[in-house]
Amino acid sequence: MKFDLATLRALFSGDRQADRVVPPSGFTAQLTLFAAAAMAFLAVFALALSLAAGRLAENWGNELARTATVRIVAPLDQRAAQTDAALRILETTKGVATARALSNAEQQALLAPWFGPDLALDALPVPRLIEVIENSEGMDAAGLRLRLAAEVPGAVLDDHGRWRAPLIQAASRLRLIGWVSIALIAATVAAMITLAAQAALAANAQVIAVLRLVGATDDYIAQAFVRRFTLRALSGAGAGTLVALIAVLFLPGTSQSGGFLTGLGFQGVHWILPLFIPVLSGAVAFAATGAAARRTLRGLS
Amino acid sequence: MIELENVAYSYGGGELLSDISLKLAPGSFHFLTGPSGAGKTTLMKLCYGALLPTAGHVRLFGADVRGLMRDDIAMVRRRVGVVHQDVQFLDHLDLAENINLPLTVSGRSVDAAGDDLNELMSWVGLTSRADALPPELSGGERQRAALARAVIMSPDVVLADEPTGNIDWEMSQRLLTLLIELNKMGKTVLIATHDLSLIRATKAHVQARVLRIANRRIQLAGADL
Repeated sequence: MKFDLATLRALFSGDRQADRVVPPSGFTAQLTLFAAAAMAFLAVFALALSLAAGRLAENWGNELARTATVRIVAPLDQRAAQTDAALRILETTKGVATARALSNAEQQALLAPWFGPDLALDALPVPRLIEVIENSEGMDAAGLRLRLAAEVPGAVLDDHGRWRAPLIQAASRLRLIGWVSIALIAATVAAMITLAAQAALAANAQVIAVLRLVGATDDYIAQAFVRRFTLRALSGAGAGTLVALIAVLFLPGTSQSGGFLTGLGFQGVHWILPLFIPVLSGAVAFAATGAAARRTLRGLS
Repeated sequence: MIELENVAYSYGGGELLSDISLKLAPGSFHFLTGPSGAGKTTLMKLCYGALLPTAGHVRLFGADVRGLMRDDIAMVRRRVGVVHQDVQFLDHLDLAENINLPLTVSGRSVDAAGDDLNELMSWVGLTSRADALPPELSGGERQRAALARAVIMSPDVVLADEPTGNIDWEMSQRLLTLLIELNKMGKTVLIATHDLSLIRATKAHVQARVLRIANRRIQLAGADL
């Protein structure tokens, strides 16, 4: 069966008579519909997972890559001098957009969860933090470290890479798993439709023999089966996708503290992507049934 | 029309048919006879492309059957009407739709053929059964319906394999009369049967040649009938 415009038109307008030559099937048709719907439901969530993981990796990659922290660990009396020296070095470093020492109040807010709000920061040798924001060129972290080591002995540069890299890797891996899941789901739909089509072809062996005897071409016979299974996969997957989208829509919204879990869902134009799942499902069914029908018909006289 | 040249056919074991040469000329009327299992049905199947010969050549309407694609075979079947002994229909469609099936699958408008269908139904005496489903039909009705289905495309050749196998004498006479009428309209007819009295009854009405399969070969049977 060649796939062209005429095939598509026949698929959707439907040859009423061609459709009637194959007896209607009751129960197994419901099973195909159900399986297609369930697979589409799973595919929507796999897609949501992939997209969310992708967003996460990108966010972490972008935002964290642009910031670094310099920690000044020094006795109280030298702390201010070393901070000034470090700031001077940072200001002349290529790739640094701004460098700013956190104030006592800011550091107190950061430490409040551990020590409470009444901490007397002045009396403790708490390291001073300098927030460094890079510009688009990016800075040479190794070079900066060398300069800081030479001139400011108490400065430690943390470019966040140490803990960021495994997180990004995890998110990327999660995204990969999501896409692999979608591929597996598509393959499962193909396998399931092939089984169902094979069963339908076997159950209708007598019908096919009669049709061949009176001069029906393979394309004509195959079309009756292909049309049925394509429409079933299409409508089943459509229903499954719809239910899954409603479920995604009513997931709790993204909140500041929720982090990854509540970020699961679609954003902006990504809402269009799940709508391709029924189309993909129909295309998979079209190809799978066509192949099964051709294979079966070739074996008949 | 249909030409067999030194054709042999074997089913894995030994040869069932060997060195068969046969030519069905337009307008001819042939009987094919022989004991059960002699290969009558196999020979019929070779004649409409359901089997390929293991040796020799089968030419259908001038084309070697080995060179035909599956769609070409489908086109050949639209020019050859076949009636089987155990005729099969689409059991979920009524009789009128079943008789119309060759037109349906060849994409011709069924509505335009409405008059032809009615005429054909009354010719085989099934007008009152048009809405019946095939499982509700008697043996004789099924055979006549099969004949009607075989000729609705106005084929050049009608092949009937034991068309009277399951029906009583009176009904087989009626069926035979229909086949003779078709032959008089110019169709080539080949009937496989082991019923010699049927052949004798026919010979009174039409010039029929009798082919007998014996010892894997085909012979022209003569006056002994």
